[in-house]
Amino acid sequence: MAGGRGSLRLVFRFPFSVFRLRVPAVSGERIVIVGGGLAGLMTAIRAAEMGMGVDLFSIVPVKRSHSVCAQGGINGAVNTKGEGDSPDIHFDDTIYGGDFLADQAPVKAMCYAAPGIINLLDRMGVMFNRTPEGLLDFRRFGGTRHHRTAYAGATTGQQLLYALDEQVRRHEVAGLVRKYEYWEFLGLVRDADGNCRGIVGLDWYSMKIEAFPAAAVMLATGGPGIVFGRSTNSVINTGTAASVAYQEGAWYANGEFIQVHPTAIPGSDKLRLMSESARGEGGRMWVPRTQGDKRDPRSIPENERWYFLEEKYPSLGNLVPRDIATREIFQVCLTGYGVDGKRQVYLDLTHIPKKELDVKLGGILEIYEKFVGDDPREVPMKVFPGMHYSMGGLWVDFDRDEKSGMLDETSMRNQATNVPGLYAGGEVDFSIHGANRLGANSLVSCLYGGKIGGPAMVRYTREKAGKLPAADAAFAAAKKRWEDEFRSIAGMSGPENPHILAGEMGDWMTDNVTVVRENSKLAATEEKLQELSGRWNRIGLTDKSAYGNREISFINQLRNMLVIARVMTRGALLREESRGSHYKVRDLSKGVAEDNALPRDDANFLKTTIAEHAPDGPRISYRAVDTSLIKPRPRKY
Amino acid sequence: MLERIELHVKRQDSPTSNPYWEEYEIPYQPRQNVISVLMRIEKGPKTRQGKTTSPVVYDRACLEEVCGSCAMRINGVSRMACTALIDSLEQPIKLEPLGKFPVLRDLAVDRQQMFDALKRVKAWVPIDGTYDLGPGPRMPEPEREIAYHFSQCITCGNCLDVCPQVNDRSNFIGAAAIAQARLFNTHPTGATNAAERLEALMADGGLDDCGNAQNCVRACPKSIPLTTAIAEMYRATTLHGLKKLLGT
Repeated sequence: MAGGRGSLRLVFRFPFSVFRLRVPAVSGERIVIVGGGLAGLMTAIRAAEMGMGVDLFSIVPVKRSHSVCAQGGINGAVNTKGEGDSPDIHFDDTIYGGDFLADQAPVKAMCYAAPGIINLLDRMGVMFNRTPEGLLDFRRFGGTRHHRTAYAGATTGQQLLYALDEQVRRHEVAGLVRKYEYWEFLGLVRDADGNCRGIVGLDWYSMKIEAFPAAAVMLATGGPGIVFGRSTNSVINTGTAASVAYQEGAWYANGEFIQVHPTAIPGSDKLRLMSESARGEGGRMWVPRTQGDKRDPRSIPENERWYFLEEKYPSLGNLVPRDIATREIFQVCLTGYGVDGKRQVYLDLTHIPKKELDVKLGGILEIYEKFVGDDPREVPMKVFPGMHYSMGGLWVDFDRDEKSGMLDETSMRNQATNVPGLYAGGEVDFSIHGANRLGANSLVSCLYGGKIGGPAMVRYTREKAGKLPAADAAFAAAKKRWEDEFRSIAGMSGPENPHILAGEMGDWMTDNVTVVRENSKLAATEEKLQELSGRWNRIGLTDKSAYGNREISFINQLRNMLVIARVMTRGALLREESRGSHYKVRDLSKGVAEDNALPRDDANFLKTTIAEHAPDGPRISYRAVDTSLIKPRPRKY
Repeated sequence: MLERIELHVKRQDSPTSNPYWEEYEIPYQPRQNVISVLMRIEKGPKTRQGKTTSPVVYDRACLEEVCGSCAMRINGVSRMACTALIDSLEQPIKLEPLGKFPVLRDLAVDRQQMFDALKRVKAWVPIDGTYDLGPGPRMPEPEREIAYHFSQCITCGNCLDVCPQVNDRSNFIGAAAIAQARLFNTHPTGATNAAERLEALMADGGLDDCGNAQNCVRACPKSIPLTTAIAEMYRATTLHGLKKLLGT
């Protein structure tokens, strides 16, 4: 594996024969998985379990993948609270929460699989919080009335990622999984017939470029947060891998659907997430009823506080879905009610007993304390919405089981992109969440993508890939293409700085392609992105080193980010309606007021946006959405 | 009020080249961390003396102290750069790579040995497979709360960096992996491999190499009770050794 880099001082020898994993013999064929977050690791475990060799590529050690940042929990209708929760209700909440844009067969199958996935994680040793009886505890999250979210403090993503990382390490020791950490995915290898036959990767230290053959390739590379400059995402979440796949022929679907999380802590390096679980455990959002009220929040009496979500949404209150909460906060600040006249509102936990906060929310309280300096057990937190998640992503297929109406879990089409042999899973794929994702549904969708994606790839390998002719020329050509590309980047000597260009892209995208969209601004953003692409050619490289040169890598990523930013912007421009997170207004100065917004238009836009790459920009078309199980109805909370 | 931030960074172009220091000066802004200062330098890398240079290379990902990437020595202290707030640091701020790991480039080091140590102590639960076998074992919440502390290890390497026993002459496994052995040995299913983990900790480079300096627990950014884990594992290995001696 790639970890042998540098001299290791600690060398351990121990008998690997003691590990007995029940796996059939390895077939000799290997698959490639790019990305070591929850989706990638789950795919690896599932494929390895079927005896398939796995080459796992990750730009960071997999244990540092962005899944580690997920805080609040994972949804599954285990129904341990006597509330009558069921996978069918979870299914309805998810479809309704996503404003009916998600294909329904995969969502239903995921909701039915979710309790089993939580049990599996429990068996893997995830330290989920427990009830007094020693059973898994569940808490509330947005967009539902049920306690459906299993959680491990407020670092659930970390705990899940570690559990999977441990299982993959076990398969690594047993010899089935090979890790290529600090390797960056550069592009696909496609043969003359268009089949995906492997990938080209860049060793982040030696800067060596290599082509790797694979019977099938899974991209599990996460979301594109860095396209928006500062977001709640890790800085590795550039969306570059998805953008390359798109440029090489994969469809990018629903790119305009971007989730802005209602509660983040603004910072100059990133926007730190303040989990929805804070509200799930009783946190309340408010601002002073008087504009510009300068008093200490603790001294403001109840009747002078405006609990704006509870007032407008008596049923779900602070737990309305994220797109709605975000718009309300946005409007509260736009109309001058922001705390201290700024773009911020209170998220208040001070009425909850401290011991309970520590056990259930410790991780996020620590983040607030360390970065802001105040103790959220004592003082209401100040938060503002921040870009968080992309519902859109690479288009993936599924097969339907006609009997149940759900996805057929044995099909090799599951998680398959339109490029034969190329799969996608996790945030990088477009499925499950429609126009708005419900909190705590991302972890389950990542794991479900891996759960069905791994076996689909194994089946494709055994039934299709083995019969394909050799494609040696394709590997040589792909490798040479990227070597030439990187040589040309290494020679760039213009006046522009890549990080400054990225900052401009982020500011434009955040201002115009997040909470509120207006056509003239979207058109101007598309022009700006093209201007930035032009300026990209005049970048000057400051790092001339041939070792560990991350500037070269970033310049390549930036070009890909500009491409995918344009897909998002064009999709938003052409979608003449409001649906979930996509909120289109006629007059920007009137903010998010309902009479200012275009209504949902099922006749024309209850459709999946499909972007196909062309040299002069994205070609947009629309595909029907699977609404076979739940009839679309107006979305009113 | 400060107007400028002065930063001194120990740089190294490759694993085999010699280190050198560079100095930078950037405008002060309130509430910045070390990462945002390094990000500012990227936008126009120049030394304080006006020489054009390259961006500083270091590992980073989440910037909220949960991924474990950005450990480095800041003013001589091994810690995470994301939670190192400029307002609480003495100037000039000195950044150096962790000292106990091979330097790859600048502040980026090779911590593979930590992941290899997790293999050595079999830091996993040996599940039968991913197919549906129902829920896991029940666990009392108080026990879970203790275990949860240990399961928050971000593999940052600070505990190894401050440990006097981790040096060129020893192959001490370090506190992080010992705490993971503690975590999995007390898990109902993880306990299946308990004896193997204890054997690993009794082997060369194991618990016997701990010098009880207790620096690890103070350096841990996640406040993991590392010395408690070491003490518990001492007891368990002693018992295990006795039992083996007596052949029971």
